[in-house]
Formats: sequence, structure tokens, C-alpha cells
Amino acid sequence: MLLLAVPFVVDPFREQLVAKYLCFTFPAVGLVLVWGHGGILSLGQGLYFGMGSYFMAMFLKLEAAAQSNTGSALSQFYGSSLPDFMVWNSVEVLPWWWRPFHSLAFTIVAILVIPPLFAFLLAYANFRKRVGGVYFSIITLALAAMASIVIIGQQGYTGGVNGITDFKTFLGVDILSDRVKRVLYFITVVTMVASVLSARLVLASRTGKILVAIRDREDRVRFSGYNPATFKAFAFAAAALLAAVGGALFALQEGLASPSLVGIVPSIEMVIYAAVGGRLSLVGAVYGTLVVFSAKTFFSENFPEIWLYLLGAVFILVVVFLPTGLAGLAERLASVLRPRRVRVSAPVRAMPEEIDTPVEVGSAPPA
Amino acid sequence: MILSVEDLTVSFDGFTAVDGLDLAVEEDELRCVIGPNGAGKTTLLDMICGKTRPSRGSIKFKAHELTELIEYEVTRLGVGRKFQTPSTYEDLTVLENLEISYPKKRGVVGSLFFARDAALMDKIDDVARRIYLGDHLGVKAGLLSHGQKQWLEIGMLLMQDPELLLLDEPVAGMSPRERERTAELLTGVTAGRSTIVIEHDMAFVRMIAHTVTVMHQGKVLAEGSMDEIQADPRVIEVYLGE
Repeated sequence: MLLLAVPFVVDPFREQLVAKYLCFTFPAVGLVLVWGHGGILSLGQGLYFGMGSYFMAMFLKLEAAAQSNTGSALSQFYGSSLPDFMVWNSVEVLPWWWRPFHSLAFTIVAILVIPPLFAFLLAYANFRKRVGGVYFSIITLALAAMASIVIIGQQGYTGGVNGITDFKTFLGVDILSDRVKRVLYFITVVTMVASVLSARLVLASRTGKILVAIRDREDRVRFSGYNPATFKAFAFAAAALLAAVGGALFALQEGLASPSLVGIVPSIEMVIYAAVGGRLSLVGAVYGTLVVFSAKTFFSENFPEIWLYLLGAVFILVVVFLPTGLAGLAERLASVLRPRRVRVSAPVRAMPEEIDTPVEVGSAPPA
Repeated sequence: MILSVEDLTVSFDGFTAVDGLDLAVEEDELRCVIGPNGAGKTTLLDMICGKTRPSRGSIKFKAHELTELIEYEVTRLGVGRKFQTPSTYEDLTVLENLEISYPKKRGVVGSLFFARDAALMDKIDDVARRIYLGDHLGVKAGLLSHGQKQWLEIGMLLMQDPELLLLDEPVAGMSPRERERTAELLTGVTAGRSTIVIEHDMAFVRMIAHTVTVMHQGKVLAEGSMDEIQADPRVIEVYLGE
């Protein structure tokens, strides 16, 4: 809830940074669902983040193309307005799969339906054949890598390595103004909170318990009469949906959809956000993302020469000393503090065994 | 007849684990399957419940041919399986373990909107009491003792309410006291349904069995009451000759 105060205490540049970080909390929350609770490590969430950001950027780019002067001059020449990068790459007709993105309704439906549907079919096909574990992780990784290569290779249709950028309006509203950015910031925060709450509902439902059961003992779940493939594919699709929503918000706020957010490196970074936050904690994933990004910004501003090494050191420390991430650390601190308060409040009546118990509870790490 | 196994054969890399086996289980019957290690007892259960696909033969459960189906489909028809090592969901509580085993709404969407109702909670309470875990509903299964885990797994089967129950060594690794309570529990559990029990412990078999099947090298060696079996010279040879 601190996040709601951010716009009022920092300058617009910092606010913009936090807004950007927030977009990456979505894939991290999705990973808590699919990896922490479902036991499926996806190394390719960048693919779904990318789908969301590209769909949104395509819509925005078409709007920009229709407005820009050069666009309209060319549009008179070609008979339709083309995005600038298509013109530069001598693409003369808007590809058919770009056309529906003139419509905002279609774009929103595409963002909310295509990534999870694709993810569900991919995951179900694999899990039904009982391809899982590391093999599935590698497949997700390969798909993310392929997607970024295809995007870079097909410059005329995708904007190539530059991505899709240079758009300024959303339905005619200037998205670069500070006021609109603030509105977008709040929309992002609200969407994020809604995502965390829905994910929490899923985990609290019977489906959530079955996911945990599958993670721990998949073979046994079949003998309880469930088809684990559908449940795992569902979790994977839900994570893909979250990643796509994050991607779409990113494109809207940053004015960019780029292959550098699709490939292997961003996908693995998303896993790191979830790991730093604690892969079992939805809220932890949000804070994990913000902490990693803040560390990134802090180190790169203050130690421009060695910041990557420092960031690497942080990751190693977390993995070695905090296997349950920041959420686990918070839990441990809470359990250390709680019994102490008990001891202070009732020192006189404390019987020997009452003294023993709190110390034991406090020193025992959570299971 | 609820289960009819005919000419069931499976081989792994040339080793024939079960070889032309015939077995018939009547309704409400409690059948014990005994035999030396490697006789193919567990493999037989694996094939009935869909875990292993037979190379030849048929398994008929009521009107259904089980050899064509996979595990969860067999389970949904009403076959329950208890494994040799206790298989519970360790990160879930006793309550949640039982809840998951409740045979309703087994799809993703159904499970997403599944709500606990009074009937379910009554059933959970009832089952938990029967498996001696009435006071442990909130305890994570991973924290239970070995014997309690075995009971919990039997409880999960009770929630499933299968028509055919497959139990693989239900008293393995239990203390004498736990063994006694388990025998008591199983007598209640198996009433009104057909059961196949695999067991090594002869005293325990004598306590519960109606009919005993002796397996040896993937085949049925003998079948009959416990007294008949113990008097059979072929059985004595297999057991004492090794």
C-alpha cells in the first residue's frame, strides 16, 4: 500500500521507474503460482510478457501511424497508413495479422486470451505426454529464445531489434504527459493488487491445494482421480496471462515493445525476481521485483563500472542464505520477535518450560 | 463378480513379471494375495489401477475394460489404490488431504469454485475419527508418524469410497499396537466393498482374509482358505524352500 504514496513523494522520473518495475511484478506473481506452488519452472515468461507488450504496442503504433504527417503522406501514396518501420523496410501492405489491432477491443481480448490459450495448449500437450520437470523448463526457454530471434529477424513486420516504439497517444490521449502517467501508474498498482488477490483466491481454492499436491506427489494425484495435466496447464496459462498483462501495461507506460524483453535473459530475470521475493509468497514476488530493480538502479547509478557484479553477488547471497527469499526472511524475523514479546510481557510468571518454549520456537527456522 | 482378470501378462525387457494370470474377485470379497518377493504381486495391482500397461490379457471391472484406461480414469470408475510406502500430500493438512480425495468436481474449473459444505465436513470428521486422526485435522501430513500416514492414506481411500480397494502392504513398518488397530480399521473399511490386499505378514492375513491367493513367479500357485493354503505342499515348498 506504500506504493500508492510513491507518486507524491518522488519526482516524476523516479515515479516512472517504479511504474516500470511494477510491470515486472506481474510475471513474478505468475511464477509464484506456477513455479512455487505448481512446481513447474518456466524459464520463458518473457514470451508471454512480450506477447502482451507487442499486442499493445501494435495497437498504439497503428494509432500513431494514422496520425503522423509522414504516415498520412505515405498513406496517400500506398492507400493505407503504415507504421514507420514498415515503410523503412519497404513493406508496402499492412500484414493481415496486424489489421485487427486497429481495434482496441480486439487488442484487449488478444492480450487476455492469446497468451494463456497458447500457454495452455503448449503445456497440456507436454504434460499429457508426461514431459515435465527440467525438460519442460528447457522447452519454455527455447520458445522464448526463438520468439526473440524471430522478432529480430522479421524487421519489416515487427520492428526488429529496435522493437515497436515512438507512439504518443492512446485513443487520442497524450500518454507522455505527467498527469496521464500518474493515472497509468495507479491503474498499474490497482491491477497488480487485483492480480495478487485473484492469485490468492486460486491458491486458497481446491485447485490450489491440488497444485501443491501435484508438486509434491504427482503420481499419487492421479489415484485421487485427477488429471494432473489439466491442472498444471491451467497454472501455466494463469502465469502466462499475468505476464501478458504486465507486458501490456509496460508497453503503455514505457512506449516500447522490444525483443530485449522477450528472450532468455529477461525470462530468467523474472525467475530471479520471484526467487528473491520468495517463490511461495505472492506479495513477496512483488517486493522481490521492486528490490531487485531498486538494487539494479542503485548499483548502476553509484558503481557504474562494477554494478553487474554487485547485482550478481546479491543473487548468490539470496540463493545461498535465503532459500525462501525475502518473504521467508520476514517470516523468520516475525517468529523471532513474537516469542520475545511474550517473554517480556510475562517474566514473573514464567515457569522453566515456558522459558524454554519461546526460545525454541524463535531459533527454529520455518519448515 | 466385480473384477475378472484373464490371461494377464506383462514383461519388462524380456523378464516376465506376471505370466498368464487369472483372478476373479467377487463383490464384498476380501482377497489376500501373498507370495515371495518378485512374485509379481505389486505389478498385478499396478496393472489393475492403470499404472502399468499389460502386454497381453484383459482386466474387467464391472462392465469396463481397464487395460485401455489411464490412472485417473480407472480411479473415477471406483478403484482405489493404497501404495506400499505411505503416499500422502505432505505439505497439506490432514483435513486438506481428505478434502482433495473427495470424489466430486475433479476438473480444474469445478475445483476452482469448489466450496466445502456441511456434508463434506461431516464426512471428513467421520473418516478422521475412524482413522484415529480426529484430533489431527490441522496437522500437516508430513509431520505425522509412519503409522499415522498409513492410516491417513486409508482415510483418503475412504473419502473416495471405491467399490474395489487395492491395498499394498497396509501394515508394513508398523508397531504391533498399530498393526492391531489397522486390522480393526480395515475390517470396518472393507465391509461392503471388494478388496485385494497384498501382505507378507501371515498373522495379519489370517486375521482379515476370506480367500488367499498365492503367487509365485508371476503365476497363481494356489488359491483357497488360509488353512488350505498352509497345508498345500507346493506353497510350503515355495516358502520354505527358499
